Amino acid sequence: MSTHDTGHSAGSTVKERAKIALNDEFLVNAVKYTTEKLRSGKHTATADHGEWETWRERGRQIRLHTIAHLDYYLTQFARNARAQGVHVHFAATAQEAVDLTMAIAKHKQAKTVVKSKSMVSEELHINKAFEELGIESIETDLGEYIIQLADETPSHIIIPAIHKNRYQIADLLSKEAGETLAPDTKILAGFARRKLREKFLEADIGMTGCNFAIASTGSIVIFENEGNARMVSTVPKTQITLMGMERIIPTWDDLEVMSTLLPRSATGQKLTVYMSGITGPRREADGDGPEEMHVIIIDNGRSQQLGDPEFQELLNCIRCGACLNVCPVYRHIGGHSYGGTYSGPIGAVLTPALKGNVAEWDDIANASSLCGACWEACPVKIPLHDMLIYLRRRKVESGYTAADEKLGMKGFRYVMSDHRKLKLALRAGKLGQKFLVRDGFIKARIGPLKGWNAYRQVPALPSKSFRDSWKHLDQELEQEVGAKQSEAERKMREYLERRGPSHNGHSESHTSPSGTHGNQGGQPHE
Amino acid sequence: MKVSLFITCLSDAMFPRVGEAMAHLLARHGVKLEFPQTQTCCGQPAFNSGYFDEARASARTLLEAFADSDFVISPSGSCTGMIHHYYPKLFEHDPVLLAEANRLVDKTFEFSQFLVQVLGVTDVGAVFPYKVTYHPSCHGSRLLGVKEEPLALLSHVQGLELVPLPFAEDCCGFGGTFAVKMCDISGAMVTEKTDHIIETEAEVLVSLDMGCLLNISGNLRYRGNPVRAMHLAELLYEGVKANVHA
Repeated sequence: MSTHDTGHSAGSTVKERAKIALNDEFLVNAVKYTTEKLRSGKHTATADHGEWETWRERGRQIRLHTIAHLDYYLTQFARNARAQGVHVHFAATAQEAVDLTMAIAKHKQAKTVVKSKSMVSEELHINKAFEELGIESIETDLGEYIIQLADETPSHIIIPAIHKNRYQIADLLSKEAGETLAPDTKILAGFARRKLREKFLEADIGMTGCNFAIASTGSIVIFENEGNARMVSTVPKTQITLMGMERIIPTWDDLEVMSTLLPRSATGQKLTVYMSGITGPRREADGDGPEEMHVIIIDNGRSQQLGDPEFQELLNCIRCGACLNVCPVYRHIGGHSYGGTYSGPIGAVLTPALKGNVAEWDDIANASSLCGACWEACPVKIPLHDMLIYLRRRKVESGYTAADEKLGMKGFRYVMSDHRKLKLALRAGKLGQKFLVRDGFIKARIGPLKGWNAYRQVPALPSKSFRDSWKHLDQELEQEVGAKQSEAERKMREYLERRGPSHNGHSESHTSPSGTHGNQGGQPHE
Repeated sequence: MKVSLFITCLSDAMFPRVGEAMAHLLARHGVKLEFPQTQTCCGQPAFNSGYFDEARASARTLLEAFADSDFVISPSGSCTGMIHHYYPKLFEHDPVLLAEANRLVDKTFEFSQFLVQVLGVTDVGAVFPYKVTYHPSCHGSRLLGVKEEPLALLSHVQGLELVPLPFAEDCCGFGGTFAVKMCDISGAMVTEKTDHIIETEAEVLVSLDMGCLLNISGNLRYRGNPVRAMHLAELLYEGVKANVHA
């Protein structure tokens, strides 16, 4: 990864980049502070909702349905948007999308482009392409503007400059202003507002992203808080909207569910300050709006997930960032450590999946403890923790894992496939640890204990394993178990009867974990 | 009824006292555990690293060991979660083993889940006059859905003062091989966890998984902190013994 791509100057693996981030006190504090605010906001907003789990399931079903019929809804969207006078383009790759955009810009002889926030535009590195054509392209979302001034990439899907504190932001904006601005939120936002106003008025093209596209009417919907996307989509004469091909939902009714799930999950807001629905370019009776409107629908690796039972649900993502805010790994290392456009748990899966290149991204899926907090937070229940394991498996299957790991797993298989070998291994371990144990603990940082013991001490193996002492324990238990045995038998039988004979709780392996009872195996709790 | 103990490789090798506490406690409630010797490990270390063949080789020992058990009980939410959440996936391509795996899913319980849901026991008659805080293990609570059971058991322990752990639901950073592969990230996570534990001024940290406890207690010891890390079964059994002797 180049400096430009990651925002960090060194580190070619997640592990190296994470180490740099962990030592950056400003970054760690800034990211922790904001993710903490966001996740507690989400917590309150979802609790206030009252029926969150029901709506979450509804959202999941809408996304599952739409992605299962993506061809149908894309066709419907394109037909309806075209009927409204929109130029609809399909781009198979990032390059195609860039070429289409640049062709429109050249045709319009554009000198200035104003952009509202769009993660898919980050996939395309579109600002770089504008720069090469000598076209000024300005990010108008405050966070994105800050990141653009710093020549970095967003480190969070929703809060691009989450890794910067207000002093760093004051420095960046002061440089742009040519005067020293106080590190006061009002002053800094005031400067950006004045500066961006000029740009809105002089821009030839407004570029937006798209949170949802409504198939039934060919409309696009944008959620935002600053009003900049509304400026971008009303003032310039030409509008170009970039849209990932999965951003679609069937109808406005479905938007009701999504507009409940997205802001609450993202920022803890009941609704964003602005929600714009745009159907076609300016009509005669309209007071404002672009004369010409383009929508570029981008694949860029997405269609590879279609039909893949392990990864298709990735396309259900509504880019709320909730998984980042609850991820204990993201909260410690920030977004740039992930090395791609998307960070956090969704990025750790999406980046390798979109690239379709397991070898190149072979360490990113390892940056997770598989705690499942992402799954629990996801408003459409994407099982990211499972997908991380499937990515790791694909890496193993393609033979890209390290030699020592392969050897270790061979050893695991040898020992764990037969209890007699496990017994021997335990005996060998007890002999082997003799020289390392002090006061019942091992502190030495050697072999696999190197990283572990840099933060911990590990207890020595006890003189007897459980299986070694079972015989003795078995006899004790025989004497202890007494009068209550028949009562316990009765309770166990009753339990089995209560649960019913044909118990079938396995098919639904991705049910919600965050209800009061996740209950994967299907055991009733009452 | 044949009720078997799935000890888990970690408790077998390093923490036999947890299995012992569990077995004694259950015996007091009329359940005599069997211990099929041919069991090894649920396969999670290999599975989570993407080595499915290796995981299957290990997991098969459980399918065989517990084939004729009516109930299987384990002191780990994570290993039980592995069976519930991933065995059907692990054996999806083998109809015979898949059926065996599904049967195992049906009869496998985490310790507190079995006590509360099956035996209907929430008061084990323990006395434990200490300030205690509880860390809910990620896999136990999220994959398995065990959330209320341990709290129900703890709330009935005489003399026990349960203090809430800030950000309790955050992962402690164990994650099996993650703690070795991504040691610095894991180290930062466990340090944050023990910061919060220390903040509560609890004397005892209790949890449902020896993986988390190995990680957390190892870091507490590294930091020279005296908080005692205990498995729920250990705490309850110690409390029961204290009550008997009183």
